[in-house]
Amino acid sequence: MTDSAQSAIRELAPARPTWHVVLVRPETMTFLLLIFGLVGASFLSPFFLDASYILRSFTLTAEMSIVALVLTMVVISGEIDLSPAANMALSACIFAWAQEAGTPLPLAVIVGLLAGLAMGALNAFMSIRMQLPSIIVTIGTLIFYRGLAQVIAGDRSIRVPDSFIGINTIMIAGIPLPVVIFVGVAVLLGLVLGTTVVGRQIYQIGTNQAAALHAGINAKRIKVGLFLVLGVVSAAAGMMAASRLGSVRYDLVLGGELQMVLMAMLGGTYIFGGRGTILGTFLAAWLLVIVSTGMTVANLLPAIQLTVLGILLIVAIIATNFIYARTQR
Amino acid sequence: MTFLRSILLRREAGILIMIVIFCAAVGLYKPQFLTGQSLRIVLLLTPLIMIGAMAQMLVLVARHVDLSIGSMLGFSAMVVGLMYREIPDIYWLVGFPVAILTGAILGLGNGLLVTIFKLPSIIVTLGTLSLYRGLTFIISDARQINRSVIPTELKAMSRTSPIFDIPWIILIAFGIAGITYVIARHTQLGRQIYALGSNPEAAPLRGIDVTKVTLIVFTLAGALSGLAGILYASRWGFVNPSNTGAGFEFQVIAAVVIGGVSINGGVGTVMGTVLGVLLLGCVAAALPLLGIPGSTQNAIYGAVILIALLIDRSVRQRGMISVAGAAK
Amino acid sequence: MTPERPMLIEARGISKQFGGVEVLSDVDLDLHVGEIHALLGENGAGKSTFAKILAGVHSPTRGTLKLNGQTVDVSSPIAAQKLGIALIHQEPVSFPDLSVAENIVMGRQGGGLLSRVPWATIIADAERYLDMLGVSLDVNRPMRGLSIANQQMVEIARSLASDSKLIIMDEPTAPLTPREVDTLFAIARRLREEGRTIIFISHRLEEVRMLCDRVTIFRDGAHISTQSIDSISDDEIIRLMIGRTLKKFMRKHVAEIGETALEVSNLTLPGLFEDVSFSLRRGEIIGLGGLVGAGRTDVARALFGVQPAASGRISIGGSDATIEKPTDAINLGLAFVPEDRAGHGIFATLPVEHNLTAAIPGKVAPRGFISRKVERSISQKAVSDLSVRLASLRQPIVELSGGNQQKVILARWLLTEPDILILDEPTRGIDIGVKAEFYDMIGDLAEAGRAILLISSELPELLSLCDRILVMSEGRVTAELPRGEATQENIMQAAVPRSGVAA
Repeated sequence: MTDSAQSAIRELAPARPTWHVVLVRPETMTFLLLIFGLVGASFLSPFFLDASYILRSFTLTAEMSIVALVLTMVVISGEIDLSPAANMALSACIFAWAQEAGTPLPLAVIVGLLAGLAMGALNAFMSIRMQLPSIIVTIGTLIFYRGLAQVIAGDRSIRVPDSFIGINTIMIAGIPLPVVIFVGVAVLLGLVLGTTVVGRQIYQIGTNQAAALHAGINAKRIKVGLFLVLGVVSAAAGMMAASRLGSVRYDLVLGGELQMVLMAMLGGTYIFGGRGTILGTFLAAWLLVIVSTGMTVANLLPAIQLTVLGILLIVAIIATNFIYARTQR
Repeated sequence: MTFLRSILLRREAGILIMIVIFCAAVGLYKPQFLTGQSLRIVLLLTPLIMIGAMAQMLVLVARHVDLSIGSMLGFSAMVVGLMYREIPDIYWLVGFPVAILTGAILGLGNGLLVTIFKLPSIIVTLGTLSLYRGLTFIISDARQINRSVIPTELKAMSRTSPIFDIPWIILIAFGIAGITYVIARHTQLGRQIYALGSNPEAAPLRGIDVTKVTLIVFTLAGALSGLAGILYASRWGFVNPSNTGAGFEFQVIAAVVIGGVSINGGVGTVMGTVLGVLLLGCVAAALPLLGIPGSTQNAIYGAVILIALLIDRSVRQRGMISVAGAAK
Repeated sequence: MTPERPMLIEARGISKQFGGVEVLSDVDLDLHVGEIHALLGENGAGKSTFAKILAGVHSPTRGTLKLNGQTVDVSSPIAAQKLGIALIHQEPVSFPDLSVAENIVMGRQGGGLLSRVPWATIIADAERYLDMLGVSLDVNRPMRGLSIANQQMVEIARSLASDSKLIIMDEPTAPLTPREVDTLFAIARRLREEGRTIIFISHRLEEVRMLCDRVTIFRDGAHISTQSIDSISDDEIIRLMIGRTLKKFMRKHVAEIGETALEVSNLTLPGLFEDVSFSLRRGEIIGLGGLVGAGRTDVARALFGVQPAASGRISIGGSDATIEKPTDAINLGLAFVPEDRAGHGIFATLPVEHNLTAAIPGKVAPRGFISRKVERSISQKAVSDLSVRLASLRQPIVELSGGNQQKVILARWLLTEPDILILDEPTRGIDIGVKAEFYDMIGDLAEAGRAILLISSELPELLSLCDRILVMSEGRVTAELPRGEATQENIMQAAVPRSGVAA
């Protein structure tokens, strides 16, 4: 009660100028970093001035980037999911295993998607229905899904049929299909988040779930929906990866949850919910590609990228927290 | 004996019964499971997890979590391995303080990030999980430390000791469990960790230095991971930048939550954790005997974590109902 | 200083400001050794703030405290504990997973982090202190699951363990059963005999009379009177508690009262409210008065489906209504401006615009897509109708003052064109000028034919705005006063739990 009394005393603040609002946004930082990275990288190697080289590099992480877009919405709603990478692996394994066992290809794809849906449903059940913290729940499901993938595939790699291979070689107007899908999904989700009621309500739930309840917003239903969508999209991404790689192993995108969380955080999504944009994650996905290809071109060990990713994650969280603390008075 | 206490007791008794039933069932099917030899196998599978579980237990009791334990193990093991490679004449026991100190520094790093920037420990340690693993690659130049480099005396610790020929690493693991018990139960520090996890808002009101206790907990977790690191080198005779300690954090979390440590802080015993570790060890030892591929192990761990979360929740809810009932 | 009754505490000129508002001004108070001293006052009169200053939870903006004649600085709860001052909360702060014994001693032991925990001593001490209180509890059991009464006993044992000379009990009896209250009182008297001083904060005059030696009355953050309990009557106490000058605000027009909009019968949610019945008609403003914790907000939450009642009937516009979640209530034409604006009202970091239209997604997004144009024109009209002062509709709502935030929340609900408006303390923490605007608005809304249920702790507000006033006390409606008959005195009489009422 004293708190509300205290906040009531605050004087009416003058509006911040528009340039200030635009500039002090995490997405702006991401964008500047992206430009900076591109310029730096093109000094490192002229390859970077070649758009098709960058696009080809992007196909390597396009699947994860697509999932990260949906994950962004989950984080904005105030939850988190660390299991999508494991979901990708398990869905892909189930898909590959089903078609290997003779299921027609389209049916196998559907089986894979349903598996993803089921995994999303388990996450939703544990975190929303049983009200356990999603961050712990999805650590459990991350191990569980990855373990099941290992049970199905063992140590071998399951080949997928030739007709299914090569999504990354399909070009649409000179752009690899995975990149086109990524851009399409980004536009779609950007529209959902920015222009629809559901999008608006995702922000409201993440900002203050109790207030959302008092305003008649069904937070649980929206969150369950987000987990389900994330499950299905992860499954689709898993199968895209299978198509690109030509075979499936249980360790597909092992540790990928880190990169996906990183994309969201680097794009300015607030770890405690309520803030973030699809644009931010979109830019962050490109930034990561520039950084990792840059390191590859510079002949740095691929493994060093782990260090960089870890540092980036921590710095990104500290920076977004800092920016939000400054703008929230 | 009151309600919740009896449940906690039942929890530990419950794990014990599960171990007995599991072993009996496997033993009926494969009698060779009930021999001293397989007890030795079980015990040899568990020391590293036991030490890691003690670390994770303290962190969870303080209402945090540390996902970087496996990476800290890997890094410390690599530091020791490099030391043995670069300074072959060094006395082999020097590896222990080096490993423990290395781990402690990494753990302190986690603690500082958590306390200074007020970040959720789960995200910080997800970051350092990757960061420390990457550093392991950098210092090792992505090359494995081979068997020949690891001192024979160190490797011998995994085979024998003067005490009934029980390998040193088992003795050390149980020794660590004992020390953790003393810290948790019989020192001010231990009680403050439980108090902090039980009610973080009330802790400063009761004169608990939250920052200090949090830093100590993460540093301890790092130090124990470092110890597990050198024992890894002893047990397996090599240190690999990508495999050593990878996924270790998950096994540890599985063991700890089976042992009844609550993710909501404040609850957890060394006894329960030890039993949780032993149950996982029995399962791991039984799988090959039963002809079940070792690849199922992770799925089992994952399922077990989820079930433990649900059990934890239902215990908590019943606890809440009893509070509400009493208030009536 | 009378020789037979030495002073324990001498407080002089204690003042406390929160963000520029003085909630306690120049309070002087003397506490004798070995007395039980009641602090009385309306909600927000400053008694709890004063108690928290004594216990080191808040530090005073001005003023000095003397303990046994020496000036002391109670800078933190730990400092208070060292000085022998203990605060027993209504629902005590504890470590639910630690044992009773540890909760009694926690924070008292010295020694470094690695020093041993003397379990045997701890357990023996805990048992001894509980014995002194005549309480039998297993000291090895965890706190979790202990009844509130027993948690309070543990807290009192804690204060004995630190040999507290002053024990402050902040509304300890509210959650207790009559038998538990008896036990608590017996213990309090025993502590008094040992020469300890107790501050007893309660709304229940009957209890104050049973237990206390002297009584101090607070009003509007000021110390009004300290008297021996035997020399003051209940009526006198109530008069002193309310005696504020009534700056009466007049409604411009009293609206014409129409057909019944809402009828509530026997609404019950065990533990919170019981058997609440009333009816509310169009154009009518019903006030809901009472003390904090009387169950008024809980009734409102039940009506709006936030926490539905367990039994009872609600009918709206003459037909039975089932309200299980807020959406049901909204569809039935209800609107609810909650008391806790920061926790249940605003989306702090989101733009004013988004806050305004949160409850009318159908209007701003006819086909699921939000129309910026429609949203902008709706918002603009809403803020100008209620004359919300703001720089931009895109501004995060936290940047507005409390009064303007509240206007936005009210506007959010007016946009749903509700028939029935529930306002829970709508003017709390709002400055005087904006308050008057709110009173005008509420009057206008009634005139426009809306039915209004106004929960307020400010008696003048209730008296000037409402057509009828219901008073709740301890979960029940204890009075229904028509506009002509209601006075500050009879509202307070009904609000303060007393014998015959509380039973």
